[in-house]
Amino acid sequence: MPIAEMSVNILLIFMVGAGVGLLSGLFGVGGGFLMTPLLFFIGIPSAVAVATGASLIVAASISGVLAHWKRGNVDFRMGGFLLVGGVAGSSIGVWLFTVLREQGHIDLVIRICYVVFLAIIGGLMLTESLRAMMRRRKNQARREHVHNWMHGLPFKVRFRRSRLYISALPPLAVGLFVGLLAGIMGVGGGFVMVPAMIYLLGMPTAVVVGTSLFQIIFVSANVTILQSATNQTVDIILALILLFGGVLGAQMGARMGARMQGEQLRGMLAVIVLAVCAKLTYELVLPPTELFSIAEIARY
Amino acid sequence: MARLLPLLSLALALALCLTGRAQARDITIDLTDPIVSITTGFTGTDLLLYGAVKQAGDLVVVVRGPTRDEVVRRKERVMGVWVNRDELVFDKVPSFYRVASNRPLKEFLNPADADRLQIGLANLDLRAKASGKLLPEAPYEFREGLIRNLQRLGLYMVHPDNVVFLSEQLFRTRLRFPANVSVGTFTIEVYLFKDGKLQSTATTLLTVRKFGIEAQVYDLAHRYSLAYGVLAVIIAVVAGWAANAAFRRG
Repeated sequence: MPIAEMSVNILLIFMVGAGVGLLSGLFGVGGGFLMTPLLFFIGIPSAVAVATGASLIVAASISGVLAHWKRGNVDFRMGGFLLVGGVAGSSIGVWLFTVLREQGHIDLVIRICYVVFLAIIGGLMLTESLRAMMRRRKNQARREHVHNWMHGLPFKVRFRRSRLYISALPPLAVGLFVGLLAGIMGVGGGFVMVPAMIYLLGMPTAVVVGTSLFQIIFVSANVTILQSATNQTVDIILALILLFGGVLGAQMGARMGARMQGEQLRGMLAVIVLAVCAKLTYELVLPPTELFSIAEIARY
Repeated sequence: MARLLPLLSLALALALCLTGRAQARDITIDLTDPIVSITTGFTGTDLLLYGAVKQAGDLVVVVRGPTRDEVVRRKERVMGVWVNRDELVFDKVPSFYRVASNRPLKEFLNPADADRLQIGLANLDLRAKASGKLLPEAPYEFREGLIRNLQRLGLYMVHPDNVVFLSEQLFRTRLRFPANVSVGTFTIEVYLFKDGKLQSTATTLLTVRKFGIEAQVYDLAHRYSLAYGVLAVIIAVVAGWAANAAFRRG
């Protein structure tokens, strides 16, 4: 690998790509938040894993958004507001990343971010899928979006496709926060954005996925370009191999997913997410075999 | 005869020169390949260093890679999590260091020579910097930590029996360069000791470089990093589009 500067088994990388692709096809998730930790586990430096992950998300989101666009499920105005926040947030994220890298804390911060988010997502998904299985038995209906304090904010904008008339501030803030995560963690942030759009902004579920994908393309592209320019940590060769595996895996996953039940799938994904989280936590807490680490200082 | 004279004297001079050089050179060495090319599938390589000595003795081969500054960090436990705390910068650390000899160094090498020629990990001149100034002596733990890390990466090695004498004069040694070897100019020094005294030395250079796609990608990423980022995005967009198209057909 030219950027990771290590020799890794191409087949292994391909399998990681295919595995994550399989999961993303099966569960309909972006997979960025699983891809990056898996790359840590096979020994790719965290900085390279994060930056390269961002470029993969561009590809995954493009292929996803096209289908949604055709069905008219993209709210471009909402996407635009999210995007403004997202570009600002991801730029700050990459800047933070660079500062932390110089101080030698980047590995730790990335891993802690992953532990926290994987724990939250995994926990939420597990309870949600368990609750959904119970609800199916009891046949309860879910509440639609409610009016809250969010509707008192100024700068109201009409979002026609989402059938919303809300302040522009919450979409900007959501975009900013998700962008920050994208910059530091190399994820698309769909797992944060989708719930935020449904529960916080009150968008109809149909347009949520398409709109978030639309926004993620540009935010991830921004992260990829900024990471390349400031940290030189995007490995195109690594990305291509992962991509190839990912595309094949996603196709297989989508076919398998059609034959399985939604709640069970989500429960399974939750277990996988929690397992990855547990392994990362274990590595953080375990006394290291070597207390000293080295890093090359850029030559001037 | 008058015409032949300059030719004759030239031949004589040449002959003198050749024998003179042969006499001055106590060690003759060569590498199987003076260039190591790192390509995409590079998993490390072996080079053979071979040569002849005029008189039997003990041989030490020292390979040094290009130097760079390294920061060494020590982890400490903070709230149950291991965090990098203290750090120290080492100045001009050889990125590669390898010592090979025909028998254990301490059997024939005197400490003064070992120290002067920096033969052996303990004799490496590793200097730490604090706020831009070189410290008189690097803290022992950090120095050992640095060396341990480089050893684990396969970049620092000492082989007490890797130089093989095929006869009294002929010798060879196998030099291993791992996949993570850095690029640049490497120096290979061969020292001949007799009865514990340094007799003569010979030096040769080796170039390690990236080659092919590997080199182009690395070069692009570091020299035109913005363009590289844009290229990465374009590749991703095209790949995403292609995946979508393939999906629809399939």
